[in-house]
Amino acid sequence: MRPFHRTSPGTSGTPEADGSVAATGPDGPWTGGPGRPFVVGQVVPISLAVGAYGLSYGVLATAAGLSPGLATLSSVVVLAGGSQFAFVGVLAAGGHPMTGALGGLLLNLRYLAFGLAIAPHLSQGPWWRRALDSYLLVDESVALALGGSQHKRAERRHSQDPGRTVVSNDGSGTSDDEGALADDTGDERLPTLTVAGRYRRVGLGVVIAWIGATAVGAYGGQLLGDPERFGLDAAFPAGFLALLAPWLRQRSGQVAAAVGVLLALALTPVAPPGIPILAAGLGAVVALQVTRKESA
Amino acid sequence: MIVLALVALAVGTYLLKAVGPFAAAGRELPPVLSRLANLLPAAMLAALVATQTVTDEQRLVLDARLLGVAAAAVALLFRAPFAIVVLVGAGVTALARLAGIG
Repeated sequence: MRPFHRTSPGTSGTPEADGSVAATGPDGPWTGGPGRPFVVGQVVPISLAVGAYGLSYGVLATAAGLSPGLATLSSVVVLAGGSQFAFVGVLAAGGHPMTGALGGLLLNLRYLAFGLAIAPHLSQGPWWRRALDSYLLVDESVALALGGSQHKRAERRHSQDPGRTVVSNDGSGTSDDEGALADDTGDERLPTLTVAGRYRRVGLGVVIAWIGATAVGAYGGQLLGDPERFGLDAAFPAGFLALLAPWLRQRSGQVAAAVGVLLALALTPVAPPGIPILAAGLGAVVALQVTRKESA
Repeated sequence: MIVLALVALAVGTYLLKAVGPFAAAGRELPPVLSRLANLLPAAMLAALVATQTVTDEQRLVLDARLLGVAAAAVALLFRAPFAIVVLVGAGVTALARLAGIG
């Protein structure tokens, strides 16, 4: 079970995992040193899952009337799976393309919130770096980067002085460079990747997998047949569930998730696509209130 | 028109993604906002899981996906790695469809 434990999502932030991470030899800033087990154990599997989803997007996009080239290009320039599915879904149903674009944009409103969630961990670097960081903003990169730091966050909150210590550590200077041997928590004993380092590695993996798989699906889709036959449409929620797991080990995360699910499902039949996910964000507010009252 | 709509989707999406990194990169958020920002992904990821598992367009639909995602949750309880969780999710869904469920 040992290797299983180390590579399972969300355990990257545990002391054991970080200790073993440090033991492997450094041989490069991105896939070596503290980065290698993360890339092998987390980025590659997530990219493969994204690839499965991208494959079905490529198939569906060409079935909806996009040329294989345009389908692939759409994955390059949009890079937001859910909204791309919504877009080609509208096209396939004979709707107006602009309606599809609008529906996709509604779905992507959540990236506004995700961007603000990850921003404190990114560097105040030059504009091109911020532009690249913006491009790499996908569900997986934010979830894995922040999810990995949930454990220590919980531990520290239990130990002493909730709130303030956590925040002052989070924002302090270690958050910007890739291979830095200090965690976002500021705990120097545990050499590991920074939040930004995890974010960029996952983001790059998703970029490669999503675009590559779209191309394969778009150009070779006829050979594959109906992607739903292989359950590829369930690969995405299953993967999101795994990304969610680190939050579910704390009470505040459990409350946020539960309220989020209820809000989203209640609103789905009545609100336009995208709004339910956005409204689910209120679950975080509820969780904050509930857990604060409990600890007070 | 399709190309124009795609351009609109791409530009709009990028602008939404860029607000955080351009407006707040490296800034320390006030403690309450910081905790809120850390809980937002939990609420929204859970919502994504739910809607992608039991909804189709704007309807609630219980089909093979629910079995697949439930199986994936069990795999997670046994601390299976990410790839296995996803494979179980897709595999069980495919098997259920093969068996004529949903």
